[in-house]
Amino acid sequence: MSEQHSSLHDLGTPPPRHTKEQVSLEINGQHLQVDTGTSVMRAAALAGISIPKLCATDSLDAFGSCRMCLVEIEGRKGMPASCTTLVEDGMVVKTQSDKLEKLRKNVLELYISDHPLECVSCPTNGDCELQDVASELGVKDSRYGLHGRNHQQATKDDSNPYFTFDPSMCIVCYRCVRACEDIQGTFALTVDGRGFESVVSAGQMESFMESECVSCGACVSSCPTTALEEKSVITQGLPETSTLTTCAYCGVGCAFNVETRSNGIEQEVVRMTPYKDGKANQGHACVKGRFAFGYATHKDRITKPMIRNSIDEAWREVSWPEAIDFTARRFRQIQAEYGRDSIGGITSSRCSNEETFLVQKLVRAGFGNNNVDTCARVCHSPTGYGLKTTLGESAGTQTFESVAKADVIMLIGANPTEAHPVFGSRLKRRLREGAKLIVVDPRKIELVNSPHIKAAHHLQLLPGSNVAFVNAMAHVIVCERLVDEKFILERCEIPAWQEWSDFVQGAENSPESTQMVTGILPEDLRAAARLFAEAGNAAIYYGLGVTEHSQGSTAVMGIANLAMATGNLGREGVGVNPLRGQNNVQGSCDMGSFPHEFPGYRHVSDPEVRALFEQEWNVELYSEPGLRIPNMFDAAIYGDFKGLYCQGEDIAQSDPNTHHVETALKALKCLVVQDLFLNETARFAHVFLPGSTFLEKNGTFTNGERRISMVRKVMPSKSGKEDWEITVDLANALGYPMKYSHPSEIMDEIARLTPTFSGVNYEKLDRLGSIQWPCNAEAPEGTPTMHVDQFVRGKGYFALTGFVPTSERSTRKFPLLLTTGRILSQYNVGAQTRRTKNTAWADQDLLEIHPVDAEDRGISSGDWVGIQSRAGDTVLRAVVTEKVKPGVVYTTFHFPLTGANIVTTENSDWATNCPEYKVTAVQATRVTQPSEWQQQQKTFNQQQLAYLAKARGSGN
Amino acid sequence: MAINATINNETTHLVSMANDIAVNLRLHADADERTTQHMKKFWTPRMRSLLLDYAQAGGSGLSTTLTAALKKLAKA
Ligand code: SF4
Ligand code: SF4
Ligand code: SF4
Ligand code: FES
Repeated sequence: MSEQHSSLHDLGTPPPRHTKEQVSLEINGQHLQVDTGTSVMRAAALAGISIPKLCATDSLDAFGSCRMCLVEIEGRKGMPASCTTLVEDGMVVKTQSDKLEKLRKNVLELYISDHPLECVSCPTNGDCELQDVASELGVKDSRYGLHGRNHQQATKDDSNPYFTFDPSMCIVCYRCVRACEDIQGTFALTVDGRGFESVVSAGQMESFMESECVSCGACVSSCPTTALEEKSVITQGLPETSTLTTCAYCGVGCAFNVETRSNGIEQEVVRMTPYKDGKANQGHACVKGRFAFGYATHKDRITKPMIRNSIDEAWREVSWPEAIDFTARRFRQIQAEYGRDSIGGITSSRCSNEETFLVQKLVRAGFGNNNVDTCARVCHSPTGYGLKTTLGESAGTQTFESVAKADVIMLIGANPTEAHPVFGSRLKRRLREGAKLIVVDPRKIELVNSPHIKAAHHLQLLPGSNVAFVNAMAHVIVCERLVDEKFILERCEIPAWQEWSDFVQGAENSPESTQMVTGILPEDLRAAARLFAEAGNAAIYYGLGVTEHSQGSTAVMGIANLAMATGNLGREGVGVNPLRGQNNVQGSCDMGSFPHEFPGYRHVSDPEVRALFEQEWNVELYSEPGLRIPNMFDAAIYGDFKGLYCQGEDIAQSDPNTHHVETALKALKCLVVQDLFLNETARFAHVFLPGSTFLEKNGTFTNGERRISMVRKVMPSKSGKEDWEITVDLANALGYPMKYSHPSEIMDEIARLTPTFSGVNYEKLDRLGSIQWPCNAEAPEGTPTMHVDQFVRGKGYFALTGFVPTSERSTRKFPLLLTTGRILSQYNVGAQTRRTKNTAWADQDLLEIHPVDAEDRGISSGDWVGIQSRAGDTVLRAVVTEKVKPGVVYTTFHFPLTGANIVTTENSDWATNCPEYKVTAVQATRVTQPSEWQQQQKTFNQQQLAYLAKARGSGN
Repeated sequence: MAINATINNETTHLVSMANDIAVNLRLHADADERTTQHMKKFWTPRMRSLLLDYAQAGGSGLSTTLTAALKKLAKA
């Protein structure tokens, strides 16, 4: 019998890591068989026998400090702790005896002498392990009195916006300290003093907010008492119901239990508890997913449809039918006047698979053109192109778990501890176990050097030189014969391989020649290349620092080439792994939201595929590709594109060259925005359709490891409609009938039309928890690792990756290179996280600048700095830091008023038009006031907010 | 006022996009053919015809590969 992992029940210690055999033992007269390496405590729990415990929990390795779990084992002296004692064949264990009970009571009374059982007034009364143990042992108070107290006087730490630390309730079980080290990998907590005198604290007796704590909440989850407690539990009370769902923030796609409680009127979320059996996160989470859900009930939420004739008018709240009818009429009028191709739609990586599928269906079948795109255009479209070209499928090759088997990890242009925190924690764990790390990034990211982690190499390349770098790596690997010839011969196209290997061996690709461009010392690059190629298992993880370049697609192909050349594909521990920014980047691409592809990445010109869709959708489909987002803007300015349905995406803030985008949006005759808030784009809209949060609807998300997971409705939609219903209404009003009564029916249609999804349905998702596509007849339960025996395209293809320098380079006028990134507490354009207490960590975008560049310009940390590029200028506050090299400046784009995109240009990836966010030549100067653009924005904003206020005043 | 120097007319943008495609495919022996195919696969017919019109009117700034690719595109 292999054991079933249950998350309802804490089994005390984790399952053994490497099990091969089973042993038989007897506990309290019961005979059982368990895997070797199992603790006595876990074995007992599996047999339904519970042993009192305080310091043990099955999310952490046993520690053996509380002495509550003592047992008797025949033939052994004393009473060993069952959490730290492993099972042995023939063992006979007794968990109950008078002697054991007396000892346990004794220990417990000691604890209680420092932690009075004032349970009735405790916020977690009924949800406390100390209380459970006390009632199990029948202990009410302590014979020791409260004399030995040394924690009672300690003051409560309220600094973190989401949880409190009350040292007087702490029983010093070390669970939080271990959680912070083992699960999160931050090492923020310490224990001072010894034995009964010891106290837990953040940092060196700092408050949580002053410490290194990143507010992941792992310690809060693991605390057996109320010492670490969610503030929401204290104010709202313990939750009553729990629903399993998927995080709507980043591409890790963590599984959560949403726990709610009725406030007498409606269900309110009390907390989000990461789900132990969630395959993507295994019970862990980050500050966004776990805590930042307050936006769902923020006062800025718009819950009624609104329309207006022009953007210089006040909004008018209207009924759903009126808003839908208004939109449909306008769209039809525009098409009648300007032609079928004059309207289009944009969907978002924040939308569910079902929502995205419907938007592209509406465009293709209802609008009759292929003008549909997704915001993945501006992040990972080069991944789609590059991986499809080389390997044959537009997706990452591994599970997240695969990193636990990697020996060398090369991280290129990705910052997982900020942008993909839960994956970041897994990666850190593997690094602490001894795997080697190569960081390729213009910036000194946290993983370069953090507690118990030091990268073997940090190749601090200059923004815009990724392809030169990848080619130099290939040069060393091929010239030094470090390639995996057997793999190449068996698995790859040989003529293309030969052409590519001749090319990379060229002198222009040597580390010495490319140094001029990359800024990487040749000996460092050679050492990194050898480390990578000679590893048993080498895995590449990359992010937007690879894709968002004028050669983003080339860099992705170059990365795939490196993996193929070294045989690092098709098994666990290796692979090419794009780290996806938003929750459903993978899914929105899979669902056919690119203008040239139907769901499942099949080109619209393919007559067979088109016939399949035409039959299912009962309409003739267009065989030519439609407009991509940047092409839509160009066409709008030119005057050929007039109407846009934009679901869940804030193009005015997230797309580059804001001036250009705003000019385009102003040129539209009908802009329809479907969102939670009046976002930046909505200021230019004629119709606002209020969307629902992930708590208010059903659907699925697909994370960065191709894992499809359920999003489940926890409360009714505030606007009265789930987002997919809005698209359905719009299609019907346009005269293209859509009939679905539940998103599961949309998934059934996706499965009928998409070979890689043919085995997916809601019943199976409920049963298996999640599924990694391809899921079909050959792989009915999904495919964790791709390209196992052969590549999806058959033979792997080595694409030629000639380096073409970007036209965006530093000049006398714009001597610095600006690159962009993300921070942990904020998400994308920040519409959600800015409306939560996460602003406690960051409430503005900052400009990082090297001390040398700062000194040249008389800039100190905290100064206002004007940033100017050939596209525009903005102002933000400076942080002087050595995280960036001289010549490079860095910022994030979470706050609209900074307008980082006001300076980014229209440059884009040659193959996909993914914008070149990561390189903009700029000048930085000290200034005293906001830029003119920001002042204009403020005025425009105030005006639009007044228009909104009018609608709200009139509508109620 | 901050004048935005990068708002060019659409054709200028198409020319630079097409040149980018051609230069990125330049190492292939059939670079022109690949450029043609890329435009067919990812560009709308209108974008293609705008660029073709520009080329046929003797528009400047087109790379050699691109010029060859556009000839093929015109025939396709
Ligand atoms: S919240 Fe996370 S980072 Fe902060 S102390 Fe707890 S475990 Fe450590
Ligand atoms: S705060 Fe909680 S988890 Fe940490 S040592 Fe105290 S009781 Fe244990
Ligand atoms: S890591 Fe990503 S998916 Fe997981 S909780 Fe954080 S934001 Fe959500
Ligand atoms: S639970 Fe075993 S020693 Fe604490």
